[in-house]
Parts: sequence; C-alpha cells; structure tokens
Amino acid sequence: MRVGVVIFPGSNCDYDTYYVFKDVLKVDVSFIWHTDSDLRGYDAVILPGGFSYGDYLRAGAIARFSPVMREIVRFAKRGNPVMGICNGFQILLEAELLPGALIPNNGMRFRCEDVYIRVVNNDSIFTRGLDKGRVLKMPIAHYSGNYYADEGTIKSLEDNEQIVFQYCDSAGEVLPEANPNGSILNIAGIVNREGNILGMMPHPERASEKVLGSEDGVEIFKSLMGKV
Amino acid sequence: MVKARIIVRYKPGILDPEGKTIYDALRSLGFEKVEGVETGKYFEITFAGDVDKNKAKELTTDACERLLANPVIQNYSFEIVEGDR
Repeated sequence: MRVGVVIFPGSNCDYDTYYVFKDVLKVDVSFIWHTDSDLRGYDAVILPGGFSYGDYLRAGAIARFSPVMREIVRFAKRGNPVMGICNGFQILLEAELLPGALIPNNGMRFRCEDVYIRVVNNDSIFTRGLDKGRVLKMPIAHYSGNYYADEGTIKSLEDNEQIVFQYCDSAGEVLPEANPNGSILNIAGIVNREGNILGMMPHPERASEKVLGSEDGVEIFKSLMGKV
Repeated sequence: MVKARIIVRYKPGILDPEGKTIYDALRSLGFEKVEGVETGKYFEITFAGDVDKNKAKELTTDACERLLANPVIQNYSFEIVEGDR
C-alpha cells in the first residue's frame, strides 16, 4: 500500500504525517506536490494540517482550487481513502467532499491542547480497528474548528452515521464542557456517506508515539492500513 | 473602469465571535446604544477596460459563488460602480 501526503504552500504537518507512515508504521509513503496532477500508484491520500495559502479568505478556500485537488476529488469519488487532518478537513469541506463548514472557534482563541475524542462510528476504514466508544487522546491546534452545518445536514449526518468522532471528557462523556470550539454536537470528525473520506480537526499524527504523550492517533492510521 | 464592491457576511444565526467580541469592547467603552456588531469581509474587484456593468455583474456573481463566499455559512452582496474611486 502506498500513501501520499499532499504539500500545499503553508502546510506544516506534512513531515509529521510522512514520518508516522514511514518510520512508525513502515509504510510506503511519498509527498504529493500541490501542482501535481497524477495520483496513479497511490492507495490513500492525506491532506495534512497547516495554514495552506495563509488561511487567506477562509481556511482551505484557496487550496481547494490547487491542481492536485481536481485529481483528489476524482480519486475520492472513485472510492479511494482520503483523509483530511485539521487544515485538510477545512479543505475537504471547501471542496464539498464533506458537508458543512468550519467557522472560528466560539471563544475567539487558537486552541492548542490535548483533547479526548470518542469513537462514535467504527464502521469506517479509518476506525474499523477501534472499538465503538473508545476514548482517544490527541492534540488539537486550530482557530477555525467550530463545525457548523444546517439542521437538515446534521440530521443526515446522524441518520447515516457519518459522525465518527466527538469531543468528550476523559471518561468518554460527550459534554458541552469537553467541547473546545463550539462544534455542533461536539463534532470532531465526520466521514462522507460512503465512508471513504474522513475529515477531523484533532491531530492523530501528533499522538503516534509514546514519547509524544499518546499513541492513540496511530490507531487511526493503522485502521486505514488494515494493520489492526 | 468598472469595479465591484463586495461584502461577504455570515448568514443570520451563524455565530460571529469576532462581532461579539467587538460588541463587548464597544459596550465597555460606553457605547450603550450599540445593540449588535456583525463582521464581514469587503472586496473590491477592478475589471478590464472592455467589461461593461452587465458583464461585471455576471462575473462578480460567479466569483462570489465559486470563491469569495462559502454558501454554507455566508451571504454576499455587491454593487457595481464606475470610475477610479
């Protein structure tokens, strides 16, 4: 299996993500440049965190028109796994590969801290190795992570079990106090209806080794690799 | 020369934390008559010399729909003006 990590101008979690695949998981991984338009040979694509195009206009709004995104839309629509982390999630929303939007955090602050998220749905390729209800610890680092969608969209996310992760406390309780940014229903990550596209605000690549304080994040990548 | 002056704002009901923070600051400065603050973004687009007002309107609508506004959370409005102002 070969994984591609996309580099946009302003990506800054690209090397962290690359490192986890290469050195922690020993997976064949390479970078994909934002102007590339050939995804042949790749089995999964990761849009990493960062500040693509300086977050100008709206986070992810400019990156979605990069040449590589045209190919990623096709790649995703053929059912291949695509995962957007933080800024990657924002790009997937702007590209309309996932529904809804991420607006500025309700507290007007950049939040950079460890959070707990609950595995709500383990019926996706990104969570199939995890037990439903499992609590994962990993950091968030964002200013616009406040998930918003209209009522109809939220209902369809619930009806189709597209909510994958919710912010919770360390015991797994999904409480308003555990919500770091104001997201509707404490949403931390969603998948598309087909389950092959994941967007999430927390950073699993920053919680993939013991020395980093948590290895919970790597479980998501392992699920993706089918290694669990 | 034809220009478009565009304002993009959050839809009603969408949390505007920046507006709320500015509102709080104005109140604390003694602006008791201020009842609300909403923020938005302002854009000015200058078109090429051969673009008339109708064409500018069409192009501006397209630009707003495709890039300047995110229809999930934002509305846009604009005016087309002539001159160098």
